[in-house]
Amino acid sequence: MDWFKRQKKGIQTSLDDQIEVPEGHWTKCAGCAEIINQRELSENLMVCPKCDHHVRIGAIDYFNILFDDKQYTTFDENLHAIDALEFVDRKSYKDRLTDARSKTRMNDAARAAVGNIGGHRTSVAAMDFSFIGGSMGSVVGEIVTRAIRRAHDEKLPLIIISKSGGARMMEGALSLMQMAKTSANLAHYNELGLPYISLLTDPTTGGVTASFAMLGDFHFAEPSALIGFAGPRVIRETMGQDLPDGFQTSEFLQERGFVDSVIDRRQLKNRITNVFDLLITDGNT
Amino acid sequence: MSNSNKEYLLDFEKPLFELEQKLDEMRTINMTAVDVDLSDQIQALEQRVDELRTSIYKNLTRWQRVQIARHPLRPYTLDYISSLTTNFEELRGDRSYKDDPAIIGGFARFLGSEYGSKDRTIMILGHQKGRDTSSRKHRRFGMPNPEGYRKALRLMKLAARFGKPVVTLLDTPGAFPGLEAEERGQAEAIARNLLEMARLPVPIIVVVIGEGASGGALGVGVGDRILMLENSWYSVISPESCSSILWRSWDHKEDAALALKLTAPDLTRLGLVDTIVEEPIGGAHRNPAMTTQAVGRSIAAALDELGDSSDTDLITRRRAKFDAMGAYDTSGNGKAHSTSEAPNKVATSD
Ligand SMILES: [Zn+2]
Repeated sequence: MDWFKRQKKGIQTSLDDQIEVPEGHWTKCAGCAEIINQRELSENLMVCPKCDHHVRIGAIDYFNILFDDKQYTTFDENLHAIDALEFVDRKSYKDRLTDARSKTRMNDAARAAVGNIGGHRTSVAAMDFSFIGGSMGSVVGEIVTRAIRRAHDEKLPLIIISKSGGARMMEGALSLMQMAKTSANLAHYNELGLPYISLLTDPTTGGVTASFAMLGDFHFAEPSALIGFAGPRVIRETMGQDLPDGFQTSEFLQERGFVDSVIDRRQLKNRITNVFDLLITDGNT
Repeated sequence: MSNSNKEYLLDFEKPLFELEQKLDEMRTINMTAVDVDLSDQIQALEQRVDELRTSIYKNLTRWQRVQIARHPLRPYTLDYISSLTTNFEELRGDRSYKDDPAIIGGFARFLGSEYGSKDRTIMILGHQKGRDTSSRKHRRFGMPNPEGYRKALRLMKLAARFGKPVVTLLDTPGAFPGLEAEERGQAEAIARNLLEMARLPVPIIVVVIGEGASGGALGVGVGDRILMLENSWYSVISPESCSSILWRSWDHKEDAALALKLTAPDLTRLGLVDTIVEEPIGGAHRNPAMTTQAVGRSIAAALDELGDSSDTDLITRRRAKFDAMGAYDTSGNGKAHSTSEAPNKVATSD
């Protein structure tokens, strides 16, 4: 329970209400089908105590896991998506946005914060799958870009936590260009000699994988996450054959040389702190 | 119409084709038959043909433009290389795995003097589609594997080392969504190109010549000037895939094309494209030579504009260009941001 409680400076969001878990609630694990006590699960950072299945969690949850004493300041919460294309499919983008905002009580699919991690002041951007599948449109691109720029300007290490179904179709080419924008800013940040850790979580696909998620100095991935460029269904249709077991998982990408370490969520903070301790020597706290 | 092949006729071109055929027949009769004068009828029909042509091509739907962008007789990268440059020295392979024929490139002498500038050595590269069954398969329909993007990056870095500007031509239905492409890191290869192109210390001119599908196109599409042919398309997904995902059916590709706002005028309005290169009426395939020349003039102009920028200025401005791309509202302080405020210009082909 402890890690969910937040005593951060700055704005309290209503998301806290959602993740406060009352006593006596039970849930069935998607990994092993065991019935797990919700409170036990959240105390275990939403990793199943029986089978280590990593339950998908939100951006704020990662902030609470990573930042020392759960203290951090959030940024850019005033950015809102607009419907520049007047996009309508079976539903209008405007309605999708309204629904997603009321359902998630978030503005968009990413958040940014700065705080200390193992004593190192760090700029972090984290995506949230609950908002239109964690898709990247202009707002996600801008929030990630500003987190990179903040790291650059304040000379901070950088962490970006990816969790995305890919680009946001309803923003067309505007969403595509967020790949270039974020990558261009990472090129700039690279000049500093400070570490950028990309954390890939379930799922990381499409335009997010093909931009900032694959441009880290360190690629850490949560176990068994789906990571890829094209979706498994599309690949299956292209190849006309079933895909091998474990294809496009974190472990598969590690074996193929695209992920440095598959890391259990409960070890994440220690491992990130270790990287910072090894590489940041100027007492940047 | 007479110079384009009937088997490649697009649906919306058919009424025009039929009228043009009738006109041809009339002209033949007029020339061969004695005691017949169809001059008046011919003149009237010519006028109708002109009107119909104008009404069809000035009111193209977005889906019709997508069809023109995919026309099998449209000029491809190699056609631009052969008409705009001499002394092409092709470079092959990523020096790690293999060569990918879906992307081609090399150093060449750009004939800038024919387009109001000067001749100069450039690195020119782009997606390459095939023209017949076997070359289409060989080129994988212009859908690169990771080694294609890695080859492109090798070539661009080589250009930087020799201080030569880079011209990239985009024409792909997407990066190849194959099993081996994933195994070899399709996403990493594209991402790496985005980062490296953002900091390449030589000018980069990007021209969307046909299909600009998603990351597969953008993977060679970061540059200082983004040009788009009038009937090309560029978006985050193809209309077909968009239809399949959002409508859960393949039948809404026309609706998807409309919704995605994927044409050159659309992207200009969104502030994502600097210059629209006008095509001959009816599309690039109607007059490939005229098309490649229009592109040549636009490339020459862009190279001249960028010519004397210093490396750091160039990279800073390139980053600023992409930084400005996006549309969002900062409700906190009541100020909206949109790249569409950026000024744009239109190049004409005459
Ligand atoms: Zn379990």
